[in-house]
This record gives sequence, structure tokens and C-alpha cells, in this order.
Amino acid sequence: MESILVLTHADESGSALTRQSLEAVTAGKELAARLGASLTIGIVAADGNRVASAVKHAGPRLLAVKGDAFAQARFASDAAACEALCRAAQATIVVAPQSSRFARVMAAVALRISGVIDTHITALAGAETVEATRWFYRQRIEAVVTRTARPWFLLLDSGTHEPYAGEAGDAQVDEVYIAVELPALRTEVTGFRAPKQDEQTIRPDAKLLFVAGAGWTKKQPDGAVHVEEAGRLILDFLRASGASLGSSKSLVDQGGEGQSVLPFLTHMNQVGQTGSTPRHAKGLSTCCHGEEPHVVGWRFIGERRAISLDANCGWTRGKADVVYIADAFQVMAKVNELLKS
Amino acid sequence: MATALQIVACAGIVPDPLQTLEPTTGANGPGLKNEMVLPAVLDPWAACALYEAAALAAKHPGSKLWLVALGPKAKLQQVMMTVAQKVAFELVPVDGPIGGFPDAHSTAAAISSAIESIAGLDRTQLFVFGGWESASRGAGVTLQVIGERLGIADLFFGVDQISLRDDGSFEVLERVEGGKHQVSVCAGAPAVLGWATGNLAEPRNNPQIGMSNMRTIMPALQKAKTAALDANSLSYISVNLPKQQRTTRVEKNMSADEIASELVEWIGKDS
Repeated sequence: MESILVLTHADESGSALTRQSLEAVTAGKELAARLGASLTIGIVAADGNRVASAVKHAGPRLLAVKGDAFAQARFASDAAACEALCRAAQATIVVAPQSSRFARVMAAVALRISGVIDTHITALAGAETVEATRWFYRQRIEAVVTRTARPWFLLLDSGTHEPYAGEAGDAQVDEVYIAVELPALRTEVTGFRAPKQDEQTIRPDAKLLFVAGAGWTKKQPDGAVHVEEAGRLILDFLRASGASLGSSKSLVDQGGEGQSVLPFLTHMNQVGQTGSTPRHAKGLSTCCHGEEPHVVGWRFIGERRAISLDANCGWTRGKADVVYIADAFQVMAKVNELLKS
Repeated sequence: MATALQIVACAGIVPDPLQTLEPTTGANGPGLKNEMVLPAVLDPWAACALYEAAALAAKHPGSKLWLVALGPKAKLQQVMMTVAQKVAFELVPVDGPIGGFPDAHSTAAAISSAIESIAGLDRTQLFVFGGWESASRGAGVTLQVIGERLGIADLFFGVDQISLRDDGSFEVLERVEGGKHQVSVCAGAPAVLGWATGNLAEPRNNPQIGMSNMRTIMPALQKAKTAALDANSLSYISVNLPKQQRTTRVEKNMSADEIASELVEWIGKDS
């Protein structure tokens, strides 16, 4: 019989589990119910007791590590903590969120306990065996994989499950703190830094992803480039709509090539082949041309619309729900007026 | 005082992103149709790692840069014709299968063996660079397993910047959720850095560097060891192209006012 360990971790404040962790709990509970497996929740946090209340009803057994070293997202301490939790739980399947913190360590942890790992899982299925869905070639090919080797680690992409919201009533829970033998810690997390930009434009929880393409910095019908105006229109839109900003690779790359560039864009905004593949309910692309934003970057966008001057852009056909053949400068100025009113 | 660095950059080769990919199943499991004839490039994130490594090595005289790459020899040779013109490095090729479907654990084992076999490598001063994920498997597993096999206890993932200090310690910026960077300070090498895009533009082709590199690349390719990759119990139930094809409404004759009204209504609607 399978036994499942869901590994979770606290957020930066240390006072709550991350949303992605709670999504992994939901996935673990569903999987345990389907396989008739036992379920254990593991917590990596400076004070597991402080964050455990959110998952007290999720499983009969809670394991946690404790200590200031686990307040920091650092490879050496996190790997030691996860290894200790896995050894204590003796699980055959380990489910964890694909967060930056766990993505950094979990393959190494799998190797330490002679396990195997698959990452970026978007769905878990199968009644008798576990069938995991993931994408290959940057979201171009979808595959369902399984393994007989155990322990099998599965890192779940965010947004694939609802976060665990707890259940009413008292639950009998065994809480155990696991001792961790820490190696010499040579790394210290000293803080966080936002990209050099006027304001934060990456908003993972936004409903809308606004994708800016290279067309914003090209010559307009009057023969001149209007980068400042483009920047103002985009930022005004982001402020009024609360959207998150994505960018095509070509637009971000222009900065490194000495061309006119939107000052608030960094590689962090980039979606597509060497960028992110964010999950948002809606996406609006503007002045984009090419496969990157429309296929790779938009794979997990729900409703998609595009504004483009190119009526024959083949990349939007079949990928976007609506394509407006229009000048994005004019349209976005009007959109901003309407949003402000 | 600048310290001489020992940097090993790990990079795979992937189909040119502009190619249309079609999965197929052969005797050895899934692969891509016409995989061996598809134009290939150095994995984009790994290429960023290579360029960052070269820039770092250039700032520290006496530094050495190796590029460890796994792939079929013929494809490696094709890709190296371009990559070799970008930055100076010594190639450590491993002759193995191409593509994203082989198991990452086995790939990592083959690459870490290749790193261990590099003559004169001082592993106490080693930086292992690579892409934080690949454009083929995109798992982010290989580099971690390499680090673990080499016994390196400091690993950074989604790196965009490293700043070396005179005492050998370094500050590193890693991408974390919410468009932010986590800032860490590490006591020094050895360390593994899985790079995101970094901040450097792709270097221009330099035929002189290319000629110099190719003098060692061709003999290295001829001597490349073959690696057979174990499946590690990984089996594929299905491998498919996404079926989702949308019916696109193309609006050619709407005014900017009409489009704006429609967009604002759409943005405000709960999906």
C-alpha cells in the first residue's frame, strides 16, 4: 500500500503556509483517498506549530522541523529538513509544491533517500497506480508518466489544485517534531530585492496578464518611436486594471542591445521559451508577433485576446479567442480613459 | 585580489525553438519526429549560464571554463560550430541520446561522471553552472543531482546575478515568487548555480575564438565517452501534442473606441 507525505513550507513571514503548499495538501488528500493510502503532512518552518493549524485536519499525522535555520529558504538547511521529514515519514510518494524554495532542493533530497522525482506536475490521476501529467519542450508536448520506483517525489505546479481550506471539527492529530542534523551552513539569506523598476509589475495573483511585445518600441505611423508614451500607457493600464505584466523576449532583449526600451521591463517579465509560463484567468497581448508569447507563454492562460496590426499573424490564429486588428497605442489610451472613469 | 576560478558549465542541446515539434514513439520510448535532422541549438538557459561563466572567468585571470554537454556527437559538433565562436571554453562531450524524454537522474549521473573525469579540476574551487531548467525536459532536476553527486552543499536556483568578492565569498540573486530576487551570501566555492536568464546579451560571433576552440573541440568529440541512460523505472503512458485549438474571431473593422469598450467589459467580467 502506498503512503503519502505532503511536504509544505511557511511563507516569508513564517506565520502561515504558502498557498502553493495548501494546494499540494489538497492534491495529497485527493491522491490518498483514491489510492487508499495513509497521509502525513510535513512542515518546514522555523516554528511548525505556528503554521500547523491550517492543515491540522488534513491528515492524522503532522511532522515538523523546528529552528531558526528553517526560516530561510536555503539549500543546505532545507534539504536537511526535507530529508529528515522524508526519513521519518517513510512515505512511498512525496507530494510537494513547485515553489522556488522546494524546487531548489527536492531533487537532491530524492537522491539522498534513493528516490526519484518528477517535477512541474499539472495533474495526478490513476486509481491503482499514480499517473502524473507534465509538459515537455516548454509546454509544447504533454505527457503522462508513471514510475514503479519508490519513493517517488512529485512537485506540483501552482494553480493546479484548490488550496486546502481546512475542515470543521476537532481532529485527533499526532504532532511530531523531527530533529534535523544540520550541515555547516555557508550561505546566509540577507533579504529580498525587487527588480529596478518604478513599481512592481509582476502580480502572480492578478486575473489578467498583459503581454507587451516589441511593437511598442518600433516606429509608429508618424515615422518616430514613442517609447515614453508606450511606457506611460502600459503603466497606466497596469495601475487601473491590476494586471500583471509579461513581455516577449524580443522586447526585453532590446535593453541589452542598446535599443529603446521600456525602463520598467526586466527578464523577470519575460514569458515564453526562456521566460515564465504564468497562470492567469485572462491574457491580453499587444504588439506581439511570434510563437513565444502566443504558444509557450500563454499555455496556461484561460481567455486570450490580442491587439495586433498584422491581420495575417499566424501565431494568433487558433491560439487567441479574439484578435483586434488595430493600433495598440490608440486602443490602450481609450481603455485607460474608460478604466479611470 | 581576483581569484582564479574553475567553472564547469553544463549544457544540453535542444531543437531550435522555431521548429515544429511532433512526438513519436520508437523502440526506446518517446522522441521527436525527425529529431536527428531538426536544427539544434544550445539550451537557451544553459547558454545564459555559459555566457555568464565566460564573463566571470574573463574578470578573474587564470580562470578556466569547461563546457560539459551530453548529446549525439554529430549534433554536438553541429551546435559547437556556432557556440564555439561565442566564448572560449574547453569542451567535455558525452555521447548520449538527445531529447527531453530520457530520465533526468541518469542524465545527471552521466554528466557528473564526466565532470569527475576532468583532469586537473580543483573541486574545492569549483563552480558548476547550468540552466535552472532545460527547454526540453524542463525539470530542473539534472543540476541538483549533479551537485549532490559531487558533494556540493551550496546550490542556487533561478540565478540572475553573482557578485564575487575579494575574499572568495559571493552574493547571488535568485528568482523567487512575485517577481522578486532572494539575496544570499555564500562563503565561497564550491557551489552550483542554476541560471535563469542572467543579465548578459548573447556575445557576438568571434571567428578567432571559434578557431581556437575548434582545435580542441574536434579531438574531444572524437574521444567522447558513450553514456547509456537508464530509465529509472520511468515509463510514458501517453505523449501528445495539446489538442486545444481555439476558434479565433478576427476583428478588422472595429474602431479604437469600440475595441476599448469591449475590452473593458471583458476585463471586468468574472471568468
